[in-house]
Amino acid sequence: MDLGYLILQVLVFPGLLFTAVAGLITSWVDRKVTARVQMRVGPPFLQPFYDVLKLMIKETCIPAGTARGLFLSAPLFGMAAAALASLLIWRAFLVPGQTFSGDIIVILYLLTIPAVSVILGSFASQNPLASLGGSREMKLLLAYELPFVLAILVPVIHTHSIRLFDLLAAAPAVYKPSGIIAFAVAIICMQAKLTLVPFDAPEAETELTGGAYVEYSGPPLGVFKLTRAMMLFTMPIFLVAIFCNGIAFDKGALPILLGVLKYLGLVVVVVLIRNTAPRLRIDQAVKFFWGPVTLAALVAVIAAFLGW
Amino acid sequence: MTKKTIIPIGPYHPLQEEPEFFKLHVEGEKVVGLDIELGYNHRGIEKLAELKTFEQTVFLVERICGICSTSHPLACVQAVEDAGEVEVPERAQYIRTVIGELERLHSHMLWLGLAGHFLGFNTVWMWAWRYREPILELFELITGNRNHYAMMKPGGVRRDIKVEDIPTIRKTLADLKGPICLFRDAVTDDPLIHARLQGVGTLTKQQALDYCAVGPTARASGVAKDVRKDHPHLAYGRVDFKIITGKNGDVFDKAVVRILETLESIKIIEQCLEVLKTMPGPVDSNPKEIKAGEGIGTYEAPRGEVIHYIRSDGGNRPVRHKVRAPSFMNVPTNQTTVIGHSVADATIILAAVDPCYCCTERMAAVDAGTGRRIWSSAELIRLSQEKTAKLKKEMGVEGPRLKI
Repeated sequence: MDLGYLILQVLVFPGLLFTAVAGLITSWVDRKVTARVQMRVGPPFLQPFYDVLKLMIKETCIPAGTARGLFLSAPLFGMAAAALASLLIWRAFLVPGQTFSGDIIVILYLLTIPAVSVILGSFASQNPLASLGGSREMKLLLAYELPFVLAILVPVIHTHSIRLFDLLAAAPAVYKPSGIIAFAVAIICMQAKLTLVPFDAPEAETELTGGAYVEYSGPPLGVFKLTRAMMLFTMPIFLVAIFCNGIAFDKGALPILLGVLKYLGLVVVVVLIRNTAPRLRIDQAVKFFWGPVTLAALVAVIAAFLGW
Repeated sequence: MTKKTIIPIGPYHPLQEEPEFFKLHVEGEKVVGLDIELGYNHRGIEKLAELKTFEQTVFLVERICGICSTSHPLACVQAVEDAGEVEVPERAQYIRTVIGELERLHSHMLWLGLAGHFLGFNTVWMWAWRYREPILELFELITGNRNHYAMMKPGGVRRDIKVEDIPTIRKTLADLKGPICLFRDAVTDDPLIHARLQGVGTLTKQQALDYCAVGPTARASGVAKDVRKDHPHLAYGRVDFKIITGKNGDVFDKAVVRILETLESIKIIEQCLEVLKTMPGPVDSNPKEIKAGEGIGTYEAPRGEVIHYIRSDGGNRPVRHKVRAPSFMNVPTNQTTVIGHSVADATIILAAVDPCYCCTERMAAVDAGTGRRIWSSAELIRLSQEKTAKLKKEMGVEGPRLKI
């Protein structure tokens, strides 16, 4: 494979550009469904694009006392990681033969980096609200990672493989009871990974005025917003791939449609959860993840070992 | 992290739409101290009132607050009527009751929506405000305005409620009961809302009494304090309604008290409309002059008891007008309720008294360079007394004799 083709894959399809566009479309779905739930009209289709575009041409203010390099580069880490994770997942869909063993583990790590970049960015700004947001993000990360990894372990145990392609080829994990529990756990963890209500304490507009993002403006803020949109696209796709066989591209139009519907259904679940719950306090969120959620994930893992 | 840091809420903050400044002293996420700073929006309304005629004063106090835009005028006209011994026709009293209760309805719905927003529950916010919309439309139907109704005047009301409008009003209110019961059940049943609100920001009964808290803030703590019952004016002595009280005084109880109060308001309005259907009579006694004297008007605003004091020297203007808004009593309770809770809870606790800063604003003289207060309240009182004495001497008068 030549280098030019590889760079094209990373930057355009199915890497950065594709993920960004798909993410912004997903965020439109999020905003539109939210609006309908709240009995509003909702934004026009291109609104998320306009929003990010506008931020890109705005001035960047860097507060005094900020660690400049870290402050400006933190958003880029997050975006790069989200794009790479999406790239790996989509390559497993499109060119199944070329995936490598252990790509699930790589994706798991990549999906953690956007949260880490938010933490770094918030601490770099030295704003008290931002550092509160950053510390909450850190606590949340510690809280949801354990049950999330345990939940991902369930389909891995079923298929005896840590290669995404094998999971796509095997019977979907949700056909088994342990898979259903793990899927539910993963959905809850995804909600926290996307920092959506009820787990949006790190941003908490009405408490911390945006928390981690409070000092960001212009293009860096735009990149953060874009990263969030990309994660809103990548996370559901990852769960659909792991638990529901993803989107099959080699069997005609119907399975593709079915795959997209699975994905959209999951996005709507995310949106509905975020619109029917109040924000949890960070201590309540941590207790929730380390208590019932981890317990459920453990039960699922044990059940998977027993073959259920 | 045990270092003490200050988390500012305000002067401009998405939590509260008005300028105010809560300085939260926090250790980690725990609030250990609170400073309340007001005075960003002081407009000198009491002084302005002395330059306006009694009729104009009513319009002025209407603009103290956009939400209590009938509670202040209502208390004000009652103070004028008390000072001037003006009779108010019975039909006008019923209409005043209807307008006052409609205001309570829309104000509580507004708070409910905001509380949802503060908790990150934006669906509640949008729904509550959507169902509040028909109430504003009713206001437009009855008074011609959605927010500043200009209904009150010394001696009565400016507009009658037309008999042909009454079925529309009843229909709208009947339609509203469903959504309110939905909110009531949602708040009382949702485990996540329980987790966020129960046991948070508790104001004990004793504390409520000590701080002289008023309105739903006091009632949630079990203090059955309500001007409408304690001092039955207008039509309140002639209609059947309950005072809603809570037990624990936490944010949850404050929410429940407000939601249940809206149902009581609907009950009151329906009874008043039943009477208004057949009751004849003028709606304005049209007083030509206000006698010298002083008067006090109180009304149970959505946030609690609002008091207006007016002194007249027999001319066409008040010589002294004093306003005490309910938030002035309720906001200081934050000082006890917020301590020991996390920053996340602090926001909803601060909002749970349904604060209204434009009502509460008092003057503060601050040195812009150092931020230090130049005058304390004791010094201001002394200055004020000195000036009064000087004026009296210049004018050679002793002022109106007070009837006490």
